[in-house]
Amino acid sequence: MKTIHIEYFAILREQAERASESLLTDAPTAEALFQELQSAHGFAAPRNFKVAINDEFSVWAAKLQDGDRVVFIPPVAGG
Amino acid sequence: MFDLTENPISVSTFAEQLRNETCGALVSFDGWVRNHNEGQQVLRLEYESYPALAIKEGEKILAEALQRFPIARVVCVHRTGSLDIGDIAVWVGVSAPHRGEAFDACRYVIDEVKLRVPIWKKEHYLDGDSGWVNCEACATAKHNHHHS
Repeated sequence: MKTIHIEYFAILREQAERASESLLTDAPTAEALFQELQSAHGFAAPRNFKVAINDEFSVWAAKLQDGDRVVFIPPVAGG
Repeated sequence: MFDLTENPISVSTFAEQLRNETCGALVSFDGWVRNHNEGQQVLRLEYESYPALAIKEGEKILAEALQRFPIARVVCVHRTGSLDIGDIAVWVGVSAPHRGEAFDACRYVIDEVKLRVPIWKKEHYLDGDSGWVNCEACATAKHNHHHS
């Protein structure tokens, strides 16, 4: 098991009803972590979502390490 | 310099940072909050960012602009928090020896910022509804989750 810190923004923050949480998990990848959180919080399918690990864009297949900070990024809409 | 601010964007302050004696052109872009979107009347907006990555990605875009175009300086500032109709949501300014490259670089920066920088926009509509722009499917799922 490892501890992963997750920060939520925008629609995911509203759906999760929190801005962050720390989770003890077996999820091997960012994708598996999202699936775990999806059932907990009722997130939609992550269509066109991106993922960041430790404040860098990453890939869904990225292996998670103990202490990683993960952010799921819904489609952006700046400007 | 790429920056995020919760305060009104002071265009003259940022434009002053672009001054350079080698330059004959300053091109800037103001992104304004519009009173409608996709047929709905918009009352106000909220912008939310993921600050650490937004600044990193924004700086990367500005570095790309400096590499691709023969320009002198480039600045981009994006508002976060609650904005009213007519407020400046984003400002891009570019100074360059010649105007052509300044126009091109300015266009490049605003286009890339809109595509890549983790900033989200929530619109509040006249009919009392609200929604995160570009995320229709996510909102629908939330609705189903709570009421189905």
